[in-house]
Amino acid sequence: MIGNTEKSEVKVDEQKNYVEVKKLTKKFDTIIAVNDVDLTIKKGEIFALLGSSGCGKSTLLRMLAGLETPTSGHVFIDGKEMGSIPPFKRPVNMMFQSYALFPHMTVEQNVAFGLKQDKVPKNQIRDKVSEVLKLVEMSPYAKRKSHQLSGGQMQRVALARILVKSPKLLLLDEPMAALDKKLRTQMQIELVDILEKVGATCIMVTHDQEEAMTMACRIAVMDQGYIIQIGPPSEVYEFPNCRFCAEFIGSVNLIEGKVKDINAETVLIESSIHENNLEIAKTGDCTIGMEVSVALRPEKISVSRDKPEGSVNWVKGKVEDIIYLGGSSTYYVRLPSGKKIIAMQANLKRTIHERPTWEEEIYLSWLSQSGVILTS
Amino acid sequence: MRAKLENTLKKIIPRGRSIVIAIPFAWMILFFLIPFAFVLKISFAELQLAIPPFTALTKLIEESLHIKLNLGNYLFLLQDPLYINAYISSVKFAFVSTMLCLLIGYPMAYAISKSSPNIRNILLMLIVLPSWTEFLIRIYAWIGILKNNGILNNFLLWLGVIDEPLVILNTNIAVYIGIVYGYLPFMILPLYTNLTKHDDTLLEAAYDLGCPPWKSFLTITLPLSFAGIVAGCMLVFIPAVGEFVIPELLGGSETLMIGKVLWQEFFNNRDWPVASAVAIIMLIILAVPLAIFHHFQAKETL
Repeated sequence: MIGNTEKSEVKVDEQKNYVEVKKLTKKFDTIIAVNDVDLTIKKGEIFALLGSSGCGKSTLLRMLAGLETPTSGHVFIDGKEMGSIPPFKRPVNMMFQSYALFPHMTVEQNVAFGLKQDKVPKNQIRDKVSEVLKLVEMSPYAKRKSHQLSGGQMQRVALARILVKSPKLLLLDEPMAALDKKLRTQMQIELVDILEKVGATCIMVTHDQEEAMTMACRIAVMDQGYIIQIGPPSEVYEFPNCRFCAEFIGSVNLIEGKVKDINAETVLIESSIHENNLEIAKTGDCTIGMEVSVALRPEKISVSRDKPEGSVNWVKGKVEDIIYLGGSSTYYVRLPSGKKIIAMQANLKRTIHERPTWEEEIYLSWLSQSGVILTS
Repeated sequence: MRAKLENTLKKIIPRGRSIVIAIPFAWMILFFLIPFAFVLKISFAELQLAIPPFTALTKLIEESLHIKLNLGNYLFLLQDPLYINAYISSVKFAFVSTMLCLLIGYPMAYAISKSSPNIRNILLMLIVLPSWTEFLIRIYAWIGILKNNGILNNFLLWLGVIDEPLVILNTNIAVYIGIVYGYLPFMILPLYTNLTKHDDTLLEAAYDLGCPPWKSFLTITLPLSFAGIVAGCMLVFIPAVGEFVIPELLGGSETLMIGKVLWQEFFNNRDWPVASAVAIIMLIILAVPLAIFHHFQAKETL
């Protein structure tokens, strides 16, 4: 028995943090799937666990649902320790990657299943089911079975099935993985709309960074069982805290170098790729002589035919490849040192002649605030 | 002109598909339909002391063809309560045995389908392996186990559970034991094939929606395995109705089964027409559950 006082203490403490994960670890035989994870999620937040396959994100989600037992650590939901509470008694509902619709039941019966378990009166079940089917725009398909539905429709039913229970916490395991790209973008926005409408707290797992950035308020990047960085999408993108995050989300140029001088606001870095030094805004701590890499997003690099002023933050190279994307073009520029830099430029001018072309010697430059110094 | 010729040729020369279908088709006609027609014919004949021991159905008398269908055999089956009782008793034996097989087989099939892949094959092997020994020999072995001074009684006496040997052999209980033992693999295998296809995430989804495991089994696993249950039951029920060896070897004088009656009619009474009528009626009784079986099978493949 845990004393009541202890419980209520936790409740007051965690009032703002709806979900709290403390030192959660899961081992399968010798593999550590989830390693010492700490996480807090606020009420009404859409939170994304982002990582490549096998990074432990799904295992973490399944532990929240109670489908896996943690090796050690604690999960609190709404201030209540989940401990050994079985999945069917948790205030949590999960949408499975395969949707896991019951094939022998109609859409209606699938959605009503959860309510039946809670012994909700029949007429209420009927009302709630039709209401939620309307919300996900599946009312005309209520009598169909799952094999008569398309992927997008199945996803809506799976969502309706968990929304109807008005759970405190929604868990979505790769919600869009089974959909084709066009439908995916559409459903991402719709899903966020629906979640905001019902005001649910939601944790989703995805390997698709675009999906995470479209849908989530905050993102946790996971690798090999660890959470590497947590933050809003813009923060994770603009200020990655390590090479893995920088490379995993979006494309990035990583320039190796050695810290030469540290000023009040900037750090001077002697790079191995060009005779010009880099002057990058100071973030975190670094010392003179330290080996660092500078992360530069392609869209932060400007491409020009004119030589930039000053002696820092620009390099000269030859255009090796151009990928024309309509709204923008991506330039692959080879420096004399052999290093390849990717730069993206909005196509403001219409004619080709006004833009750099193949084999042309051009200048790449950036602002000191554009780069991020990565020490690890 | 040429196109026309090619078309006719295409119609005449069988394609690969029709050849593949034709082989089992021919097999069924040769070894099922034709013998069945013989039996049907004999069932409408009359007994006579000759070789063969039945009359011909057609006769040419003064240039007119006489067909004589004798319905007496069927009427005889209805009049003598022995046959009706034997049918009812056979169906009862088969039904109870099928239910017992289901009760024993379902948990076994379920356990095998849930076991780890390397153990699973061993367990399946253990189910199938006994059938490598001849059926008759295995049923004979049960005589040694069940008889008064057999293995089972000696073991129970040694344990001190009983003071005098139980009479099991030559009773209906022995027949049930024999049928359940003999046909259990036919229940387990289709059930296993069905259960092993189940998606475990469905159960996880059910738990997640607030359904405890025992209830998830009843609402998810059981309905989804219905086709397997029907298949297993049919595979046990149909041969069990006509079972002859087990009641003959393990059953007693009280054991009444239609397979045994059939045997006696053919070999003891040498009344082929009545025996044929018995066989035809049995086939009709079995055709009903078979039709049900096909109905469900068609439903599953949908």
